[in-house]
Amino acid sequence: MNAPILKLFGLVLVLFAALAGMTSYNSVINAEEYRDNALNKRPQIEQAQIKRGVIRARDGSLLARSVKDEDGLYERRYSDRARRFSHVLGYDYALGIGRAGLERERNDALVGEENEVTSIVDDLRGERRVGDNVVTNLDPRAQQVALNALAGRRGSVVAIEPATGKVRVMASTPGYDPNALRRPANYSRLSRAPNSPLFNRATQAGYAPGSTMKVVTAAAALDSGKFTPQSTVSGRSPIIVSGVPLKNFSDRQFGAIPLTTALTNSVNTVWAQVAERLGRDRIAEYMERFGFGTDPPMDYPDQQMFASGVYDLKRNKLIPANSRQVDIGRVAIGQERLRVTPLQMAMVAATVANGGVRMAPHITSRIVDIDGRVVERIEPDDSERVMSAESAGQLTQMMSDVVREGTGTAAALEGIEVAGKTGTAELNIARRINQPWFIGFAPRSSPKVAIAVTLENVIGGQGGVVAAPIAKQVMQELLR
Amino acid sequence: MSARNRELFALIPATLLLTAGFAAVFIQRENLLNDLSLTYGAIFLALCLAAHLVLRLTLPDADPYLFPLVAVLACFGLVMLYRLDEELAREQAQWFVVGLVFFTATIVALRRDHRVLERYRYVIALGGILLLLLPRLGNPVNGAYLSFDMGPISFQPAELAKIAIVIFLASYLRDTRQVLVIGARRFAGITFPPLKHLGPLLAVWGTAMLLLFVIQDLGSSLMFFGGFLALVYVATNRISFVLIGLGLFALGARLLYAIRPTIESRVEAWLDPFDPDLFNREVGGSYQIAQSIFSQADGGFFGQGFGQAIIQLGDNPAILPAAHTDFIYAVITDELGLLGAVAVLLVYLLIVERGFKTAMLATDSFSKLLATGLTAVLALQVFVIVGGVTKLIPLTGVTLPFISYGGSSIVANFILLALLLLVSDRARREAA
Repeated sequence: MNAPILKLFGLVLVLFAALAGMTSYNSVINAEEYRDNALNKRPQIEQAQIKRGVIRARDGSLLARSVKDEDGLYERRYSDRARRFSHVLGYDYALGIGRAGLERERNDALVGEENEVTSIVDDLRGERRVGDNVVTNLDPRAQQVALNALAGRRGSVVAIEPATGKVRVMASTPGYDPNALRRPANYSRLSRAPNSPLFNRATQAGYAPGSTMKVVTAAAALDSGKFTPQSTVSGRSPIIVSGVPLKNFSDRQFGAIPLTTALTNSVNTVWAQVAERLGRDRIAEYMERFGFGTDPPMDYPDQQMFASGVYDLKRNKLIPANSRQVDIGRVAIGQERLRVTPLQMAMVAATVANGGVRMAPHITSRIVDIDGRVVERIEPDDSERVMSAESAGQLTQMMSDVVREGTGTAAALEGIEVAGKTGTAELNIARRINQPWFIGFAPRSSPKVAIAVTLENVIGGQGGVVAAPIAKQVMQELLR
Repeated sequence: MSARNRELFALIPATLLLTAGFAAVFIQRENLLNDLSLTYGAIFLALCLAAHLVLRLTLPDADPYLFPLVAVLACFGLVMLYRLDEELAREQAQWFVVGLVFFTATIVALRRDHRVLERYRYVIALGGILLLLLPRLGNPVNGAYLSFDMGPISFQPAELAKIAIVIFLASYLRDTRQVLVIGARRFAGITFPPLKHLGPLLAVWGTAMLLLFVIQDLGSSLMFFGGFLALVYVATNRISFVLIGLGLFALGARLLYAIRPTIESRVEAWLDPFDPDLFNREVGGSYQIAQSIFSQADGGFFGQGFGQAIIQLGDNPAILPAAHTDFIYAVITDELGLLGAVAVLLVYLLIVERGFKTAMLATDSFSKLLATGLTAVLALQVFVIVGGVTKLIPLTGVTLPFISYGGSSIVANFILLALLLLVSDRARREAA
């Protein structure tokens, strides 16, 4: 009977080899995939066992910190001050509703994600892993000024430092208390609320830009060499653009006027003609250079950013601006199916302010470890020349005229020269529903702040009347 | 060196392992080395020495490695349980004492000649079957009738019944193995046992089927029936008998699958554990097996270390359920990695090797079959639970012998060990 016993042992060997094989598959070979499985909450639980780093504003004030709950897990608490920054900051309730905003984008740093070797060394030294702290460029006082000025209306203010791309203000109203999201029920309630309080209008909302788009058109015109601020174009109204009559605001008539005057008075027919003479390809190229068509290169989750550009509204898909189906004359004055975010328009203003060089906007200033050593400093980068310094200088002069004597006088600051452009997108002419805009920067000679302001669905509101005063207040605070 | 001296030396690593294991858990937990770990080590060493003395006095020639190997598993299980819940480890330690009492009693009762068991084979078989029917008096757990409540203690009769059934089969097949082979007929290329003797075999098959339908648990039925087939194969050396048996078992399992929703949902969960519907199903879904695999995925090659596996948060429902019983292998893989898990499998494999070696050394058919059967059911039990936890086969709840928490399992497996040592003592003495 010994031969079959040996064979039986052989069978047991095979069975146990299968067990070892399956264990290897689960624990090593396919482990990565299992850890990434959406049903697997273990990685989040592990991260909740780490004391997550704090997030601070530019002035050092505390925005987010972690406290230990009764289960020994860390949970996020947001300071009163953080309520001003609810959208840009986001939230970290990974075991509940998930993560969003800067909390999501900087998660690796906040949980102290390090390379394998350092974590093993730390393990052996018995050191508990702690997260690094994140210091932002956000300015709580200017943010509060922006929120006060928006005064509960649906809208957004974005302010950027032109030379560095530092995001100083990113306001979106209405907001919410991030602490409330600890309870998933609150999250589902807020996500169904009519005013979409969870929606970051600064980065996610696609609005019609109105005449602020003329800054992009003017940049393309001046940089082409075919136009100077003194080039004259007829401003009569209406003219036929793409087979449809186009009127000036209030159907105002102009003769042959220089481009400077056409920007100061925001003459639609002039800029539509300029765009048609430049051609769709050139307008599309400058839009792309300013950053249209892609998510802004900001340290913020892609899922929460909207790429500005011309949209097929039915399918909610970007279409190339130089496509034959696009009415380029109307794109040039901010009409057509153009949709832009406040962040994108702030980037346009900042690029002109920075002598034609576009800087990548960034919310984070630096990442600091628990002992105060700087782990990473977010330097100004991704700079890209959009137009020549000369063109930018000419455009700055033209935009200064807008604030000095044109539609944007309400943004003027005492003793500081402001450059800007207003916009009023008419969403429903019959019911006078407008989307007022202001974009600009100051001081004119060495700009410290570039800004974009917009409000949703204001009855009869015009950019120069509604948006420009908000920009003024925020710039005043930032230039103090 | 005599067999018993070798055993004594082999016990030293087991005790060291236990002391080191407790020390590791203490350091993890309190960042300090408590002398309690040494106390635990000392108590465990004393228990091992007591068992060793019993063996030295009663079975001087028995296999010297079986007991130390079991001691390694037992101490390993204690450390894991201590890490999960101190109270469980304390209770388990008490069960070890009870198990050792049964171990000693079995050896003392049968030390003259274990073959007296043959005389009581029908009583033993009947007792085994009655034991298996016992849980039908109570309520099913997870759809299966596996445990029986006696006051505060929940008793799992299948653990003891597997031994009774092996004893019966070993004895029965010793009588009939010759006629089964000689009377065999070939039909359609397959060798069938003679009809006259097919009856008792069919009766065993019928019993296994009955068990399948009575306890409604595929895993333990597979364990019984696998043990039976292993014995038939070794007794007759006819692979065709095994194939016929497997075919019949598959038929029965298919029938049960058709009528019992629990089995069907287990198979569904096995096939697609990460289906969100199955995962979130309140009862009978794939939550357990999915968590078991997620837990193993955390382990990697070297594991996360004692106390690092995520099992439960506060008073919330466990993230990995039944971590101390069915899923202890997942916790081992999580905390000690692939390396630790394979080491455990290797220890089982060494026990199986010693068991089969004992069977090969034995001179009489009953002893050969008994040792083979006991070893086979032990190996199958490990295969059924580890295979279930690792998603090699559909999950069914049996314990991981000597490691999982559970009194009946400890007691039954110590009796199993005692029987193996009894066979071994006689075989090695006669061989010498």
